[in-house]
Amino acid sequence: MLNFLRRAAPLRTPAPDTALPARELRWPPIVVVALCFLGAIFVVFVFADLLAPYDYRTQSLLNRLKPPVWLGGDPRFLLGTDELGRDILSRLLYAIRFSLLVALAGTAIGAFLGTVLGFVAAHFRGLVEEAIMMMVDVQASLPFILIALAVLAFFGGGFGLFILLMGIYGWEVFARLTRGMVISANTHGYAVALSSLGASPWRIYARHVLPNILSVLIVQFTLNFPQVILLETSLSFLGLGIRPPLTSLGQMLGAGRTHILTAWWIAILPGSLIFLTTLSISIVGDWLRDRLDPTLSGR
Amino acid sequence: MNLNLLLTKLARAAFTLWLVVTLAFVVLHASGDPIEALVGDQASQEVIDRYRAKFGFDRPLWEQYLTYFSGLAGGDFGISLSDRTPTLELIAAALPSTLRLAAASFGLGLLLGIPLGIVSALYRNSALDRFVMGFAVFGFSIPNFFLGILLILLFSLHLRLLPSAGGETAWHLILPAITLGTHFAGTFARFTRSSMLEFLNKQFMTAARAKGVPRRRRILRHALPNAAIPIVTIVGLKLGDLVAGSIVVETVFAWPGIGRLLVNAVSSRDLALVQAILILVACSMVLVNLAVDLLYGVIDPRIRASAASDKE
Repeated sequence: MLNFLRRAAPLRTPAPDTALPARELRWPPIVVVALCFLGAIFVVFVFADLLAPYDYRTQSLLNRLKPPVWLGGDPRFLLGTDELGRDILSRLLYAIRFSLLVALAGTAIGAFLGTVLGFVAAHFRGLVEEAIMMMVDVQASLPFILIALAVLAFFGGGFGLFILLMGIYGWEVFARLTRGMVISANTHGYAVALSSLGASPWRIYARHVLPNILSVLIVQFTLNFPQVILLETSLSFLGLGIRPPLTSLGQMLGAGRTHILTAWWIAILPGSLIFLTTLSISIVGDWLRDRLDPTLSGR
Repeated sequence: MNLNLLLTKLARAAFTLWLVVTLAFVVLHASGDPIEALVGDQASQEVIDRYRAKFGFDRPLWEQYLTYFSGLAGGDFGISLSDRTPTLELIAAALPSTLRLAAASFGLGLLLGIPLGIVSALYRNSALDRFVMGFAVFGFSIPNFFLGILLILLFSLHLRLLPSAGGETAWHLILPAITLGTHFAGTFARFTRSSMLEFLNKQFMTAARAKGVPRRRRILRHALPNAAIPIVTIVGLKLGDLVAGSIVVETVFAWPGIGRLLVNAVSSRDLALVQAILILVACSMVLVNLAVDLLYGVIDPRIRASAASDKE
């Protein structure tokens, strides 16, 4: 229907969107840059211990607050040192690892929990569904950082609890999405056909419905992932998330803030990394969403 | 507005609040003895007992729950464990600052974001559009604590133009408001753009054009009111971000609002204060969400009709 209109009004809407094959072949350069950056981050995530020149905890009080090497620092410490003489480069590499680990685990737990609950709600309907959707509503109506702060105040900040907390973030989006899609899939011809052939509902869900809705869930994963990174870095920045001796990008930024006047690199380097990572993910995520969801093309 | 729907929404809101209040109570009691944290390890059993009796921790759980509940209903949110003032007083003292920051940053976001989004949709794929969308992506990708630090570094430490911490004068408001407002401007610009684009291509726009309606009128009278509905939705959704953002930004700029009060309370484990802030913020969030829901009905007659017909 829209295509008809596009032809009818060529002045306002020139039609690059209709040339679909060419569009799909084109990889925008910014996406390529973002993907390269994320690739590098991933390499650091896996090989942080091999790449880091020092241990991230090693202090050297004689070498405190050295600037990065291009500002006349010590060539032994490429990106300078912090207030305890710890090598910033090594700390950054490990911080990337910790931050990504927490965010990946958190997003994955949330996605799993939400998807399972979404299936459960769609399968049983009735009271079970009501109860799950009530919980979805409750969580969606409050900013998660508020819940997180309350939990951290009450229970303190162990590493395991913190990861669990990150896992509770975002489950409600997956639950709502999955429930809607499963309910609609259950009325589709293929699901009805399979169940009349005698396939059990859970088999249909696992083998047929899940693969069908997976692309939407993956897109949601890419949307939640940077948010969990931001949540973790925010909390760690406030000194309530990942705490020393462990480190994370937010923790480095928060701790470096007090030295911003004399040694800006302690805070600005991890801050830039957080920014570039979330920026790259949202660029790639947007692009992925446009490709996976044809109804959005031309936006 | 349909009465049935209104009642359902009210019931949901009340349920959310009850759940938050009860969870806060349960969690408070599951998390160990706050008195021990308060008086320290050195205190004798006698001192601990006296404090327990003073704060009512020695009575049975259900009785504590009832006292707690009736206290809340009567506006008694308990006493801050660390400085012995009623928590409600502390919160009331911090509230004006928080509201000022929220209004300034949200206003900045709306005033900047919506016009940018409209212009961007009208000149789609132009250099201007690309610039605006670049700004939008920047705005919602940059973590607010990082943007805040960059602004402090630039405007307070290098240019020495604006104060970086505190909340005494209007000058103190500028940097935190820009920090939070940039995020909203980016989000609103993007949503306004895509919402406008959706309606600029609709059949009624072509019809209006064929009828000879001037362009300005087509945009302002035909496209914009329709596009406003998704924009109101996103503005409502962003109130949560406002609360979350204030918590961080107030801490970065030492802005004397509720966000900083909360972070300090969490750091010092002042559980009574955390609990009170949690409940009050949840209350206001739920009420605002309810108001936004009701507002849809006013803006969009279709929602009134469809909500009445397909009530679950």
